[in-house]
Amino acid sequence: MRGEAIRCDGLVRFLGEGEGRVQVLREVSFSAAPSTVTAIVGPSGCGKSTLLYLLGLLDRPDAGEIWIGGKNLATADDAERTATRNAHIGFVFQFHFLMLEFTALENVMIPMRKLGRLRPAEMEARARMLLDAVGLGAKTHRLATHLSGGEQQRVAIARALANQPSILLADEPTGNLDVKNSALVFDLMVRLAREHGQAIVLVTHNPEIAARCDHVRPMRDGVFV
Amino acid sequence: MRTNLQIALRFLLAKKRSMAMSLVGIAFGVGFIVLTQAVTTGFQAFFIQTILGTDGAIRVEDKFQSLTTTFAIEEAGTGEEVERVVIEANRRYQEGVSEPRLLRETLERFPEILGVSEVLRGSVRIQSATREGDAQVMGIELDDHLRVSKLGEQIVMGSLDDFRSTPSGILMGRDLAERLRVSPGNSVVLTYAGQSTRYRVSAIYETGVREIDRVRIFLHIGESRLLLKRPYGASLLQIALHDPDRAPEVAKQIERVVSHRATEWQYREKLYLDLFVFFRAAAAIMVSTIIIVSGLGMFNTLAMIVMEKTKDIAILRSMGFTREDIAAIFMLQGLLVLGIGVLAGWAIGMVSTYVVSSVPIAVRGIFVTDHVVVAWNFDHYIGAALAALVVVFIASWLPSRRAARLEPAAIIRGASQ
Repeated sequence: MRGEAIRCDGLVRFLGEGEGRVQVLREVSFSAAPSTVTAIVGPSGCGKSTLLYLLGLLDRPDAGEIWIGGKNLATADDAERTATRNAHIGFVFQFHFLMLEFTALENVMIPMRKLGRLRPAEMEARARMLLDAVGLGAKTHRLATHLSGGEQQRVAIARALANQPSILLADEPTGNLDVKNSALVFDLMVRLAREHGQAIVLVTHNPEIAARCDHVRPMRDGVFV
Repeated sequence: MRTNLQIALRFLLAKKRSMAMSLVGIAFGVGFIVLTQAVTTGFQAFFIQTILGTDGAIRVEDKFQSLTTTFAIEEAGTGEEVERVVIEANRRYQEGVSEPRLLRETLERFPEILGVSEVLRGSVRIQSATREGDAQVMGIELDDHLRVSKLGEQIVMGSLDDFRSTPSGILMGRDLAERLRVSPGNSVVLTYAGQSTRYRVSAIYETGVREIDRVRIFLHIGESRLLLKRPYGASLLQIALHDPDRAPEVAKQIERVVSHRATEWQYREKLYLDLFVFFRAAAAIMVSTIIIVSGLGMFNTLAMIVMEKTKDIAILRSMGFTREDIAAIFMLQGLLVLGIGVLAGWAIGMVSTYVVSSVPIAVRGIFVTDHVVVAWNFDHYIGAALAALVVVFIASWLPSRRAARLEPAAIIRGASQ
């Protein structure tokens, strides 16, 4: 476990019901070390995103183990998995998923307020620092609806880093952005994560992005190849 | 919790028009419940005050003798008699109170009893200068009767002092006086068993109870004994209590102690009291439909918010919000609307109750009033708020439960496809 921010062993996952039930992951094992960027690549439907959701404790495997912080969380109760997500995992999704009724600053502060580790003034200062770091220092009080797609994704990165997670999981973070913004967002994510020693695991279809990662793990039919 | 509240508030403001409709419905529902309960309770309380002020809390009338039956209890198997049990099988009644003074002395030892008035009752013919009819004589000791009734406050013409100082004076009900066309100072002739006696109307009273005001006349008890040819005894004893609500238990004690039938006001006026209860319940049920309809509207709006906010729910769950947090966010939306709706409803109820209480209305029959009678009772406000709470809780709980059960991975997978 030493040198691993996250590890999974023998993950199995079925999706669907009855005759439509298919095995999406076939005993997948994987690990990611701090300050590294790992890209999971492969054709659509090969199980990349399913693996990412399992690693992020958003879904439960049918078999296998997921180790984070020295604990197997694959079979842990919902409360422990939720607390781990809050404290140790940051997510960046393809479609940003910002809370549209909140400003950029408030969006970044939400996970910090849930964790409750910092005082309100400290939370605001950290949120401002993160938004500055992603180049949105001048737009902290803009509602999410008043930001462009690239800007929204940068707010999502700032939000994912808010609680200083040990793992950053990104599901096609540049999939919805143009070439210029894709490069910007990727560079930003990698720089910030490296600065703070976070393990980044990202799913991508973009070969240029994958080529710039420390490790590339191709998947096909539910297994790494 | 503060974060959940803030999120709930933002979600709510995004649907402010739909939620405002639910809020208005709850406010008017609560307001109307308060108003209808204030009016029905007000009239009920006024009716109770009227009957207590007229016929007292308890009336002690006919003496009774318990007829008993004895049962033998036999041992199973042997048939041997083990014990004999005596139970009351029936009662034999003897009309009136034969020893009113003794009975009164006994009753006055009851700590719950405020006053006792001896009454001699009988039916007579009454004749004025122009008309005649039937009347019911009530022979009373004035000061005793003033302690067990509101007769003093019910005088509308003439004077009670005139009655007190005039042995042949009578107090006449307003409807009877109008029918006979007499006023204080006029004479009337009362006829009983062929003997006629002339009396002078000292004052006219109005209880508001038409059945009383059209037949009842009060005489001094000594005069009534002469008129009705009953030198001894009384027809009934009218009793006032410190706490009229305890009348049923006190009446039972009286029956056990003095073997006379004692009838409490709750039994005597059961018909009207049941009617009031029915009207209160009917009004509450009808007005509650406004709240129920608003609750349905709120359910629809919250269910819609859950559907529209599935991505937000997924991201909140990914950030570490528990299922309970998600449920709380949706419950809080309902409770915010409830809180504002109830406060507004209380204000509507208060203002409308005040306005309605000054509406002129002439009521005669079971009581007399010239305006709408209302009761200011905090329980009505609590009751209305509880009714709204139940509806809003159900309307919020179902969408909340659905939101809490959503699986974040399924939502994100669905959004990515």
